[in-house]
Amino acid sequence: MKLKGWKELKPGAVVTEPGSALKFKTGSWRAFKPKWIEENCIQCMFCWAYCPDMAITVKDGKRGDFDYDYCKGCGICALECPGKKGNKAIVMEEEGR
Amino acid sequence: MGQKSGKIVAVTGNEAVAEALRQVNPDVSAAYPITPATEIMQRFTAFVSNGKAKTEMILVESEHSAMSACIGASAAGGRVATSTSAQGLALMWEELFIASGTRLPIILALVNRAMSAPLNIHGDHSDGMGARDCGWIQLWSENAQEAYDNMIQSFRIAEHMDLRLPAMVCMDGFIISHSIERMEYLDDEAVKSFVGEFKTVNPLLDIEHPVSYGPLILTDYYMEYRRAHAEVMSKVKNVVLDVAKDFEKISGRQYGLFETYRLDDAEIGIVILNSAAGTTKDAVDAFREKGIKVGLLKPRLFRPFPYEEVGEALKHLKAICVLDRADAFGGSYGPLFMDIAATLFPYKEKPLMMNKIYGLGGRDYLPEHAENAIAELAEVAKTGQIKTFKEYIGVRE
Repeated sequence: MKLKGWKELKPGAVVTEPGSALKFKTGSWRAFKPKWIEENCIQCMFCWAYCPDMAITVKDGKRGDFDYDYCKGCGICALECPGKKGNKAIVMEEEGR
Repeated sequence: MGQKSGKIVAVTGNEAVAEALRQVNPDVSAAYPITPATEIMQRFTAFVSNGKAKTEMILVESEHSAMSACIGASAAGGRVATSTSAQGLALMWEELFIASGTRLPIILALVNRAMSAPLNIHGDHSDGMGARDCGWIQLWSENAQEAYDNMIQSFRIAEHMDLRLPAMVCMDGFIISHSIERMEYLDDEAVKSFVGEFKTVNPLLDIEHPVSYGPLILTDYYMEYRRAHAEVMSKVKNVVLDVAKDFEKISGRQYGLFETYRLDDAEIGIVILNSAAGTTKDAVDAFREKGIKVGLLKPRLFRPFPYEEVGEALKHLKAICVLDRADAFGGSYGPLFMDIAATLFPYKEKPLMMNKIYGLGGRDYLPEHAENAIAELAEVAKTGQIKTFKEYIGVRE
């Protein structure tokens, strides 16, 4: 994205475009990446409820994979995940591995 | 001269500013009392309680909250004003930058008072000088008339669509705020039509056009916003002059970026802010009668400082004495001196300059202080030698 020069800015840094936070892909902050293991998922939706962003995609009442554009890798979902019979459905892996 | 419409009154500086606020009738005001500014809001809230102003008053628990509420109300889309002094302004400190960085045209009447400690309630300029670099416009006032006139003009300046900047109007605590002077009020209708209807820019209350205020701006954009702020500050002086022209039409009173007194043909000059300029003008007259060509320059628009114009007005002098009612500790010279020195920096030939610190904590500035400074200046101009570049005057050794 080309950065704007000072003459192009809105006075006072006021944001006049609603929902423009969608354009800010915060996933690049991530150092650890959550990995979803579908066979251990009981669809309890704890991860969806606990995610501080909206990085758990849900369709027709079922969770799908992570939206890595916005997941900052905080690990709360992996911590809260009850898994199935002691096996976590979300595990954290170091980025870049 | 324009057509006069007002009436002559005998009032204090605070009373005059409260009257200006009543006539402007802002949408919202949030304030917390502090001597010597208290009386402004005491009188103004009485106007509101008696139905003479329709302003929504928010009485808060501190100046930090007062300026915060002003910021919220201004962002919401209201015309907003408040008032404070000294520690009150200091407690507003972080919000001063938020108001200016967010480009909210909030008006603040600053009744200049010495900063504590030691605790003191009297007039000096250390509060306003401490806030000189926070991105606000500052208009300084010699007397009650100027405080009233600056207050009315400040709304037009701050709210100008090319600016949208907060502005503080300064006058000396007690010396002006609590002394009764003869002055002239404008008619309510004249003030009302002069300031006009408030125009909103991105108001939070416009729910058809939702906006967000105060986003996080990091290394990629912060510097661009600061550059833009520097640019808008450079446009202030022309707006101040345009508004002064319109104000002259309704008041008959002339205002510029600064006032000069017997300066054009002068060889030596005094630079001084606010009420002490009045005392100094009398001393200038006395020395003129003795054949000494002395003049005076009194800044009005102190922020943004009109460097080129002030330099142009002073460069012909042989010697200048800048009198500061505040010190800039560790900065070698008083704050006004440093700005005046900067105005002359581009010139190869420049006047000799000296700095005197006077009147701190409300210490009287006497005619003899002005006379001594002028006599010393005359000697400096003759010999080309300065004995003391900076000194405190009216102080016990």
